[in-house]
Amino acid sequence: MTATLPDWRKAAYVASQAADARVNVEIEAEGMTLNIGPQHPATHGTLRIVARLDGEQVVWADPAPGYMHRGYEKLTEVRTYPQVTTLVNRIDWLGSFCNEVPFILAAEQLMGIEAPARAQWIRTILFELGRIANLTLFLGDMGVQLGALTPVFYAFRDREYVLNLIEGATGGRFHPNFDRIGGLKDDLPKGWLDEVRTVMVKIEDFCTEMDDLLMGNPIFEKRTRGIGVIPVAVAKEYGLTGANARASGIDWDLRRDEDLPMAWKHCDWKVWTHGDGDSFARYWVRLQEVREATKIVRQLADGLPKGPIMTKVPKIIKVPAGEAYVWTENPLGAMGYYLVSQGGLGPFRCKIRTPSFSNISILPWVAKGVLVPDMITILASLYFILGDIDR
Amino acid sequence: MTVLLSSIHLTGPYWLSSTLKAVVALAVVSGGALVFGYVFLFKMMSFMQSRLGPMEAGPGGTMQPLAEGVKFLQKEDLIPALADKWVFALAPSVVLMSTFLLFLVIPAGPDLVIARYDTGIFLALAVSSLSVLGILMAGWSSANKYSLIGALRAAGQLIAYELPLVLAVVGVVIQAGSMSLPKIIDAQRHTKVFGTSLSGVPYIIPQFIGFVIFLIAVQAELTQTPFDMPIAESELVAGYQTEYTGFRFLVFFISEFATAFAYSAIAATIFLGGWYLPLLPHRGLWGNLLGVAVLGAKIMVVAFFIFWVRFTYPRFREDQLQSFAWKFLIPLALVNIMATAILKVIF
Repeated sequence: MTATLPDWRKAAYVASQAADARVNVEIEAEGMTLNIGPQHPATHGTLRIVARLDGEQVVWADPAPGYMHRGYEKLTEVRTYPQVTTLVNRIDWLGSFCNEVPFILAAEQLMGIEAPARAQWIRTILFELGRIANLTLFLGDMGVQLGALTPVFYAFRDREYVLNLIEGATGGRFHPNFDRIGGLKDDLPKGWLDEVRTVMVKIEDFCTEMDDLLMGNPIFEKRTRGIGVIPVAVAKEYGLTGANARASGIDWDLRRDEDLPMAWKHCDWKVWTHGDGDSFARYWVRLQEVREATKIVRQLADGLPKGPIMTKVPKIIKVPAGEAYVWTENPLGAMGYYLVSQGGLGPFRCKIRTPSFSNISILPWVAKGVLVPDMITILASLYFILGDIDR
Repeated sequence: MTVLLSSIHLTGPYWLSSTLKAVVALAVVSGGALVFGYVFLFKMMSFMQSRLGPMEAGPGGTMQPLAEGVKFLQKEDLIPALADKWVFALAPSVVLMSTFLLFLVIPAGPDLVIARYDTGIFLALAVSSLSVLGILMAGWSSANKYSLIGALRAAGQLIAYELPLVLAVVGVVIQAGSMSLPKIIDAQRHTKVFGTSLSGVPYIIPQFIGFVIFLIAVQAELTQTPFDMPIAESELVAGYQTEYTGFRFLVFFISEFATAFAYSAIAATIFLGGWYLPLLPHRGLWGNLLGVAVLGAKIMVVAFFIFWVRFTYPRFREDQLQSFAWKFLIPLALVNIMATAILKVIF
């Protein structure tokens, strides 16, 4: 029968027969393998999860990252230090400024310099704004993964105010590229701090809204309470950081626990933890985190010191030979740069520790035996940015 | 005009009245879907989500549904290589057919009803479950795992929610003493609530529990949030619709909104008095014209609640949905029937 067909038809025929055979094998075998992603609405990006299903129950699930690998670690080796911030901006693209800070801090540490107080404070404000921009989207997106479409639009609406702020100060909405070794590119524009205060009120309103709309909803509780419970020991084993660890009851926040030349130590704020370790706890902790972030930003905006924003650095930046590791509490978790310099214009090696990669690595453990819909919500509550997995 | 009216009154020539009814049903299905798509999906949803919705096509974006329809017509008609082509092509029509048949028995005015069956509501509930067949066909023939899971979920869900839907209606049927929709409306014109005469009070008052159960079950029948697991875009991409494009997808889309329209019409008829409103004329030309308007208004009110829930709630899990139906809704509906029956017998 295939003899009379054109070539492409033949190829299609052979392919369909082969696929047919595969389908038959799967129908006869116990269970079925479901490829969730790389193109799938729940993986917001190109994460692929290979799941073995028995009915709707997940027998095992394995994340297969790498579809968006951009080779940033290698690229940093052929860039100068000031150029690297442009690259690392694109790792966690929702809270871009937060990616720049640990790298700059590591470079500063190697050079033995420290940014002036005003620069540190502004850095911290922008860092927290990045956190708010990132986490507001999570707070809405969780609704989408649960089937409620409306919250994410509120999240986009209110995130826009924060992005406007970031744009006002840095000129870039998503990729500020504003942090410099030794300080910042520019000082803040006039009236920016007043704008910050009004926006923080809006963000707090947004948090209350999410509290009512999602967390107050009985279906939301039914779908998240007791789902995807991660005990403390397992969380530590898999290297969970950030809100995921705090939702399991690990009281650990690098903003408080690490001695960094940043302004968090001057503020009065609280690290929230939740003992349950389920999807609900992860959502709850992040909601509190946004509230705390608004508090931090307010206090910093009120007490911003005067002075220069740049310390004295040479025109051509050469970092002395040495090694440094700096990590900060990014919106997604602990993000670190292991920077090796041989005294050149650019890093010799730069290992980037991204939080999402470790956070997602727990999926095979936590998704074992749950139902497909629950796996999606667990994935959403673990919260990953694909650029943060495949840097 | 007189010919038209007489054909409405079933006294005109048979061919004319049949053609007229077919055309009217077609117009109602597509028109209802368009109106619902525009009013609820485009405008109300946008308003609730603090965005504007379509603005450009026509005044206030009113022509947007047409633009969307044309867009779907222009798209390539894709059938997956592995699909069972006949079944795949037939499935949307089966779903749409069940929607069409729903309109057979809904009276839009004192004389405006396509078929006066004594068991009208029974027929409507029976044909509404035909759509499961189309959905199963679509899911199986697509040769896609997501489609298959979606279709099986739909089958399980529609069967589970068929029961509370029927049981909620039984309360009304007991109260009205008839399964014919025009007679249920007549009964609401001269309502007797357990012996007390309350003329013109719709059945939503004595049958409030039934009304709530009916709306919840309708929500599940329409596979809308919080019961939209068959579609569940964050889990199953688009469920049984995943492989459909172009016109076939449009047919699914139209039938989804036309079914919402039909169920709102049924709910408006059996719980809110249908075309009847006290103090308005209820016979003759004016009665029919105003009847259509009144029914339309009631449909919009019912549909507002249906879509309000859709745009607000998260989605249940499949097993939670089943236990909600079997452990809560069905017992509640049975209690409602018992209470109605006992009170009916006593008074």
